[in-house]
Amino acid sequence: MDITLTINGKSYSQDVEPRLLLIHFVRDVAGLTGTHMGCETSLCGACTVELNGKAIKSCTMFAVQAKGADIVTVEGLASDGKLDPMQEAFWNEHGLQCGFCTPGMIMASKQILDRNPAPTEDEIRHGLEGNVCRCTGYQHIVNAVKAAAAGAGK
Amino acid sequence: MIAQKFEYTAPKSLDEALHLLASGAKPIAGGMSLIPMMKLRLAAPEHLVDLRALKDLSYIREAGGQLHIGATASHYDVESSALLRQKCPLLTETAAAIGDVQVRNMGTIGGSVAHADPAADYPAALQALEAKFVLQGAKSERVVGATDFFVDAFTTALEPGEILREVIVPIDDARTGTSYQKMAQPASGFAIVGVAARVRQNAGKISFARLGITGLSNRAYRASASEKALEGKSSTPADIQSAAALVAQGIDANSDLHASADYRRHLAVVHASRALKTALSRIA
Amino acid sequence: MATTTVKTETFVGKRIRRREDPRLITGTATYVEDVQMPGMHYAVILRSPHAAARIRSIDTKQAVAAPGVVCVFTGKDIKGVGAVPCGIAMPDLRVPPHTILATDRVYFVGHPIAVVVARDRYLARDAADLIEVDYQVLPAVADPEKALAKVVKQRIVSQRLVPMAMETRGVVAEWHGADRQLNLYTSTQIPHLVRTLVAGMLGLEENRMRVIAPEVGGGFGSKLNVYAEEALTGYVSMKIQKPVKWIESRRENFTCTIHGRGHVDFYEIAAKRDGTILGIKLKLIQDVGAYHQLLTPLIPQLSVLMMPGLYNTQNIRADIVGVFTNCVPTDAYRGAGRPEATHGIERMVDMLAAELQMDPAEIRLKNFVTKDKFPYPTATGLVYDSGDYATPLKKALDLVGYHKLRQEQADARKQSKYMGIGISTYGEICAIGPSPATPAGGWESATVKIEPSGKVTIMTGACPHGQGEETTFAQIAADELGVGLDDILVLRGDTAVVQYGIGTFGSRATAVGGSALYYALQDLKAKIKKFGAMLLESEDVTLTGGKVICNKTGNSKSLQEIAGATYRALKLPPNTEPGLMATRFWEPPNFTFPFGAHIVVTDIDGETGQIKIRRYVAVDDCGNILNPLIVDGQVHGGVAQGLGQALWEQAVYDDNGQLITGELMDYAVPRSHMMPWIESHHTCTPSPVNPLGVKGVGEAGTIGCSPAVVNSVVDALSPLGVRHIDMPLTPEKIWKLLATKN
Repeated sequence: MDITLTINGKSYSQDVEPRLLLIHFVRDVAGLTGTHMGCETSLCGACTVELNGKAIKSCTMFAVQAKGADIVTVEGLASDGKLDPMQEAFWNEHGLQCGFCTPGMIMASKQILDRNPAPTEDEIRHGLEGNVCRCTGYQHIVNAVKAAAAGAGK
Repeated sequence: MIAQKFEYTAPKSLDEALHLLASGAKPIAGGMSLIPMMKLRLAAPEHLVDLRALKDLSYIREAGGQLHIGATASHYDVESSALLRQKCPLLTETAAAIGDVQVRNMGTIGGSVAHADPAADYPAALQALEAKFVLQGAKSERVVGATDFFVDAFTTALEPGEILREVIVPIDDARTGTSYQKMAQPASGFAIVGVAARVRQNAGKISFARLGITGLSNRAYRASASEKALEGKSSTPADIQSAAALVAQGIDANSDLHASADYRRHLAVVHASRALKTALSRIA
Repeated sequence: MATTTVKTETFVGKRIRRREDPRLITGTATYVEDVQMPGMHYAVILRSPHAAARIRSIDTKQAVAAPGVVCVFTGKDIKGVGAVPCGIAMPDLRVPPHTILATDRVYFVGHPIAVVVARDRYLARDAADLIEVDYQVLPAVADPEKALAKVVKQRIVSQRLVPMAMETRGVVAEWHGADRQLNLYTSTQIPHLVRTLVAGMLGLEENRMRVIAPEVGGGFGSKLNVYAEEALTGYVSMKIQKPVKWIESRRENFTCTIHGRGHVDFYEIAAKRDGTILGIKLKLIQDVGAYHQLLTPLIPQLSVLMMPGLYNTQNIRADIVGVFTNCVPTDAYRGAGRPEATHGIERMVDMLAAELQMDPAEIRLKNFVTKDKFPYPTATGLVYDSGDYATPLKKALDLVGYHKLRQEQADARKQSKYMGIGISTYGEICAIGPSPATPAGGWESATVKIEPSGKVTIMTGACPHGQGEETTFAQIAADELGVGLDDILVLRGDTAVVQYGIGTFGSRATAVGGSALYYALQDLKAKIKKFGAMLLESEDVTLTGGKVICNKTGNSKSLQEIAGATYRALKLPPNTEPGLMATRFWEPPNFTFPFGAHIVVTDIDGETGQIKIRRYVAVDDCGNILNPLIVDGQVHGGVAQGLGQALWEQAVYDDNGQLITGELMDYAVPRSHMMPWIESHHTCTPSPVNPLGVKGVGEAGTIGCSPAVVNSVVDALSPLGVRHIDMPLTPEKIWKLLATKN
């Protein structure tokens, strides 16, 4: 099937098998390898991207289902060499160790603030329920989201 | 973790979708249950019809004194609907308890309900709400109540070729309180047991009670014995306790790694009691 | 350039954000799966669905003929490849031959049977379904105790866990036949050891193999190993003369990557009436799994070494029984033997306190090895380097408000509420370790180069992968050389770039690798001063702030000027070579022994059995701290894995050897909403073992955590007569205790 998707503002057209997963389109067709396959069953969130403004798990969607969609991946966050405030907050607060979950974690964290600019710690923790990190124990991630929220409120 | 080959159609109309389903295609909505099963090769449909392509199936509206929710309304649509929050808070509360943010962004009420996972959250609330399900076939449409819709584990009243087009729930008055209480399985987030309570009070007495239970047995069900026990009662802790004690009566409870049948039965009682207390406390 | 401004900013000890992060937060880091090459082929491995079976026949005809398929190899097709190695030599240790693909028998679910190679991973996956294997299914043993006689003592289980690194394993092999050169990208903690061992398996000269551990997405011990797939992917690439990629699926990661723990312990503890511990006895049953992987037999030995804990007793006895089961092998997982031992000892000390009606804090304080006894030789042959065990416990008791909490608990009990306070005081064996005590050499290496421009390049053999040494090592070098962090680059993880090294595990990278770096820097500093003295024409010089300064005139030469002069080499100091580079292989004289105290306050829902952690106070002593931000991160992550074991995680096999927690759907790892806030604090007792005074902190959180949690819950339920509960403390277990004891 011929499909066209917009990823980070750039259009990608490709003839794909219906079974091609969206994450493989992002990684192999668009060559954007920041989005990671972690669990393959939509439970770990490492593959989280933004699709038409909503955080979704790209390992549990076929690329054909995203036909015509507007997708943002972690690579699309920084602009002109300037990091997104959430990226900056993860860096400042040591919200990552091995980094594998980080792109998905940042995308999910952005969704939290998109919907709720001043979340409580509990709301942050529940907002990240779909993202597993095996390194950090989440505390510094929670701090990062808090810091990004505080920064945006300034 | 790669699905077997299949054909895919994004139908332009409901008729086209129904036509394809009639010839054996399988519907997909959010895909939150189906796609993992396909990737594990536990499901291998030959042809998928993507109902999310039908934009006019995603709606939440009030009409004729009832609330109508289109099959492809996402859990997030439900969770964040101001209309539902005001007029059917049980549904927004239940939707918010499903999975995680990303799953709620993609998963749909129709997909979840039609999949009929015995540990899914929605069916408890829809049983308590006495929801009606609009099933659309190529030639006709029929409406089925919740007690008849949920047949067995992963089995509903849907016939081959039919799709679930809409879910209809009632609008309760201010004397009604609701609550959904759940113990989540820590790995998957599904309900080990979930109880939805809907109670109405009149002059200090319970005039009406509905309890929907999920996770406990092979299908979500209404705890009729508990409901009957509550009617006419003044909702003392003892009234609630004795009614809650009946929720698992006659039920062949599920047992798995995460909870034995006995524990599930016990949890159903505890959560029924908590759901009832919370529901009563929410009555204006 | 005769300015004499001295740079005063130092970096060691500061909360400095990590230098490795920009690539990780922008999605531009390269993990194994991100490696792309022209002509890449993809391997999918067909695995046994049975835990024990005889293979009667394998028919690959249809798979070979399938679209896109290049070749299929079965065990019989593999010629001249050595066994998957076990690195532990012990007298009479039975090491079953472990071929990279099964030949006639399979011994666990997931045992590799055949590899399918295709131009496309989807087609490779399709073809794997077309291989027909005729199995004769045999009875399986999944429970290590079923093979043994019963003993009744306090039985304490450290259940099997799945390490579950976020990045699964993966290998890209690239064979250049004309050069006899194999490049192997693999997600490993030990690239040099993988090179030595896999080259050996493949019969390839070691210097013809290059192993690259690119970005590694977590290991926790599971990538401290040599796996069949590393040799297999290399073998296939050599056969088909194309680059080949194999990426482990999450399902494979659960069933085929080593598990951790899997110990059943029978403990006895003896004490005087006044609480003085006299001795500890242990029979340890290790669930080995189907094979010995690289370090499998070592893990229970680490448990036994750790048995004295922090306590002053010279009477220790242990027997280890390793039992083969039809399950994936167990091996090192965060803490590797030490969490199991600490869990057992700290549980036993609590039971002893209960028996003697002593306060659990008091009995610990009474039995600690006291400050004046260091270095302290243990009954298990170790020499604890330095310690002050009472201080972190007292600090934790203060922080948590222990006495007030005990009063609150007494009141709660009157209202039939279940509230628990649990203490664990742990020690660990870190900075692994002196070479005579380790199977592959316990030293670490570092090279420091100062380039002609004055920029500094460090190559560490330690191969950090998330622990932050690209930052902490830069901090050490920046302070030693007096340069800025931005002047320094830390390289790791490529055997063609970095001198031989051992790797990152056992909380060793900073203590051993950082010390190697420190000594290499001292060599360089001496040479810098020599050149500086020559250029300044003075013997009386000081190296400070990135300059060599003449103490008499105040004239100086910058590092850049000196570096340039060493390479230009117009003039050399006497007996001095050109260039500015130093390498050290540093052999530590001893392990280090960090310690600490964790206190956990729990409230139990009397109706459902659910446990809520109200407070988590951790006071860890890891010696000097180079970067508090990174140390806190290690503690938090360690506690999360300890809490995972205490409350949720368990790898469960059924009687047929099927892993029924084989997906994240059923295996509960901690998620953000399940974690309590961790109050992380420190005391500081520097290690005398290394010049940095550091001890290591990677495993501390995990080791300290699980006994504190279980002690807390047992404490909460103690009025019911509950003495011990095995992990994970599921709500159902608690509910059953409440239901039967009430």
